[in-house]
Amino acid sequence: MNSSVAVQWQTVCKLDDVLPGTGVGVRLPGRQAALFRTRDGNLYALDNRDPFSQANVLSRGILGSLGDKRVVASPIYKQHFDLETGQCLEDEEVSLTVYPVQVEGDVIKLAIPA
Amino acid sequence: MAKQQLLLIGHGMVGQRYLESLVAQGGREHFDITVLCAEPLPAYDRVGLTGYFSGKTADDLSLVPDGFFDQHNITLKLNTKADVIDRVARTVTTHTGETLGYDKLVLATGSYPFVPPIPGNDRDNCFVYRTIEDLDAIIAASKDGKVGTVVGGGLLGLEAAKALHDLGLQTHVVEFAPRLMAVQVDDFGGGLLRDKIQELGVTVHTNTGTRDIVDGESCKHRMNFGEDRHLETDVIVFSAGIRPQDELGRACELEIGERGGIVVNNHCVTSDDNIYAIGEVALWEGRIFGLVAPGYQMAEIAAEHLMGKQEKQFLGADMSTKLKLMGVDVASIGDAHGNTPGSRSTVFMDQTAGIYKKAVISECGKKLLGAVLVGDANDYGNLLQLCLNEMDLPGDPAALVAPVSDGAPLLGADALPDSAQICSCNNVSKGDLCAAIDGGAMTVGDLKSCTKASATCGGCSALVKQVLDSELEKRGVEVNNHLCEHFPYSRQEIYHLVRVGQITTFDELLEKHGSGDGCDICKPTVASVLASCWNDYVLKKPHAGLQDTNDYFLGNLQRDGTYSVVPRVAGGEITPDKLIVLGEVAKKYDLYTKITGGQRVDLFGARVEQLPDIWRTLVDAGFETGHAYGKSLRTVKSCVGSTWCRYGVKDSVGTAIQVEERYKGLRSPHKIKMAVSGCTRECAEAQSKDVGVIATEKGWNLYVCGNGGMRPRHADLFASDLSDEALIKTIDRFLMFYIKTADRLQRTSVWLENLEGGLDYLKQVILEDSLGIGAELEAEMAHVIDTYQCEWKTTIEDDEALKRFKHFVNDDSADDNLKYVRERGQRRPAYEHERIELVEEA
Repeated sequence: MNSSVAVQWQTVCKLDDVLPGTGVGVRLPGRQAALFRTRDGNLYALDNRDPFSQANVLSRGILGSLGDKRVVASPIYKQHFDLETGQCLEDEEVSLTVYPVQVEGDVIKLAIPA
Repeated sequence: MAKQQLLLIGHGMVGQRYLESLVAQGGREHFDITVLCAEPLPAYDRVGLTGYFSGKTADDLSLVPDGFFDQHNITLKLNTKADVIDRVARTVTTHTGETLGYDKLVLATGSYPFVPPIPGNDRDNCFVYRTIEDLDAIIAASKDGKVGTVVGGGLLGLEAAKALHDLGLQTHVVEFAPRLMAVQVDDFGGGLLRDKIQELGVTVHTNTGTRDIVDGESCKHRMNFGEDRHLETDVIVFSAGIRPQDELGRACELEIGERGGIVVNNHCVTSDDNIYAIGEVALWEGRIFGLVAPGYQMAEIAAEHLMGKQEKQFLGADMSTKLKLMGVDVASIGDAHGNTPGSRSTVFMDQTAGIYKKAVISECGKKLLGAVLVGDANDYGNLLQLCLNEMDLPGDPAALVAPVSDGAPLLGADALPDSAQICSCNNVSKGDLCAAIDGGAMTVGDLKSCTKASATCGGCSALVKQVLDSELEKRGVEVNNHLCEHFPYSRQEIYHLVRVGQITTFDELLEKHGSGDGCDICKPTVASVLASCWNDYVLKKPHAGLQDTNDYFLGNLQRDGTYSVVPRVAGGEITPDKLIVLGEVAKKYDLYTKITGGQRVDLFGARVEQLPDIWRTLVDAGFETGHAYGKSLRTVKSCVGSTWCRYGVKDSVGTAIQVEERYKGLRSPHKIKMAVSGCTRECAEAQSKDVGVIATEKGWNLYVCGNGGMRPRHADLFASDLSDEALIKTIDRFLMFYIKTADRLQRTSVWLENLEGGLDYLKQVILEDSLGIGAELEAEMAHVIDTYQCEWKTTIEDDEALKRFKHFVNDDSADDNLKYVRERGQRRPAYEHERIELVEEA
């Protein structure tokens, strides 16, 4: 992450609100994010908007791994997105915004680009 | 240019193939086609005739695609016998006195059964075995008789014997030659075959000629064999070979062979250039070909010749055969009797296991000339290829017939040349299969539908699979059936691992048998397998993250991210009060409402956070979840049946409800649809379902593996006249066997097409319990039924699960991106272009 970009951290929920292996939708100012917790406890956040269907549903995708990449599959047309980079694996021209995630105690925070 | 007149006499299997071939080549552009058929039915599968006794109908046996004659504007005259051909005037006169002109004439009159000239052979209840009418007469006669006898122990004679046996008669086979199937097998093979058939309760008399047939004492007839030997019998079926039906050709002085048959050249043209003869009536190089495959070849060659193409010629045909006679595998290849000078044989015989195999090897020891297989014909495909392609033997000739210990095929499909004929019934070469694979065929089912390979007798299906696997591998397509990169197992293997290892969670399975984190392929598949086996609540913590979004929110995801709601309406029967509740719910939440094809109501446009409230109302009103979102039983459609219908034979609605209540919630490799019709008018369209039930006067007929949708498939008749109890038991086993063995997302139709052994095998497993797993399958089904719960009822009572039904984790509001337009009085999601306008207006 480029440290010169000003970021604002927003508290979104408790750690227990996200079951390992699932995701939840998050309302951010003017946008929606999808927050994921993998089986081993890592947290990731991407845009919630699926660029192929324009529906806000990526938080409801199935998590998994393909090779060494951790991915979420869109529940609509099943494209995969890299949780680390937001890159779509099926279409190199499509990628999603990645939101940095922080855990403080039992609270999850997302960084919102200024 | 005016069209020429083409007249086809005879509409059997070969005649129909001729028409199809001609139509495919654009023959309709040049010819007006008229067909004369002496039988009352158009072409049907005479090879599968015996199936008529085990429940197949004349319709099932028909070979004519629906609407074929109308679509191609071909005139078919049934019950019309051609009497006279006038070659000078070029006319044919029918038995009704009508005279039809022709420019070209095709004779496909086939053959007639030879009835030995035994005094008394024309008595009542003496039959031949050739047409559906013959079979109807045999069925009628068997009702008053106890004993049935077939004269002739050849291929067709043994088929007839099986039919008599199945009709409940004490059955005898009388054969003049010293052994059964004298043409195809040798003394040892014939002896073994005889033993096996006698074990099944059929008495075989070889070396026996009948002197005369007279009135019997205990039965209708007495057959006198001489030397005081005789047999009392009620029904006699003559099946002592065939003779070409060449009367028409003889009468108009076409060249006829010494022992019958209309002489043809390599293009199937007779001694008159305007007349062709094809099939069993045609005599080529002094030979009649009494199998369907050479007949089909002649049909295609004659059709091409008529269209001016001369490349293809008839150059004889391989008469190798493989078949199952009364459950015994018998095969004969090439020079089965070792008649070639200098040939030697290598033989394997195991009388305990009932297996006999003989390979006839050339003098040089390098080539296979022929073979006989009895009791185990698994090597037929390989041996046939070695023989037909004159390939060098891969090793020791004795290995050809020795029992294979490691199950390795004798000969890789790779070794075969492109010209190798894989399917002789439909003349499909290895090259044809390769072309289809290049064209995108990926499964045996694909190959079957685009090349017809293994679509007739099925004898080559194992070889087709081998070719497919080896060709896909060559093309760099990874030929494994692994579920995905996380599990090196097929779905079937995963199912076994879960069952046998008593594995109850995805994590446990992944830890023991997989790698990585899983993915959107294996997670839902494993979730489905776990549900099929143990039937836990699908939203229980360890399972929740495995579910596809439909199962996760217990609704069907629509294009805008909202869900549809489909309560169960078993059998399509619903009270007005319940219908009003559905209407009220739809009105309250402004849900778009549509009646589904499965006779229920679909309510669209529910947001995740609305789902629990909607379902609380529905559950309170007595509704249950309809599992429209699951890979599971959807609906059991029904017609109103005897409840109201004037024609209804049985209570189809009651049975549909019973079946739907029984299997609701059953998770499976793909969705399952069923239907029950109350009479043979079939208003519930059961024959297009995975499981279709049709009422008869005597019980229920069960159809399986049908499909509508993208790849329609007519269901197969599986069992007839079942009692209520037997119907349920059979469906229990069928469904569990499907769940146990199918691939991921494989509907029953494709599953059956790819199932080795096909419908016959499936019948053995389910109806005859050949694998001894019937009770196990029933117990597994009983567990699923006993542990059923309405997932929505459980969910609305579970505070943990309810937490998930929110669009935002940090806000109770709805997704603000949803935009709708009203159309025909209801709302639907805005399309992209409408959305821009809506946003601008706002």
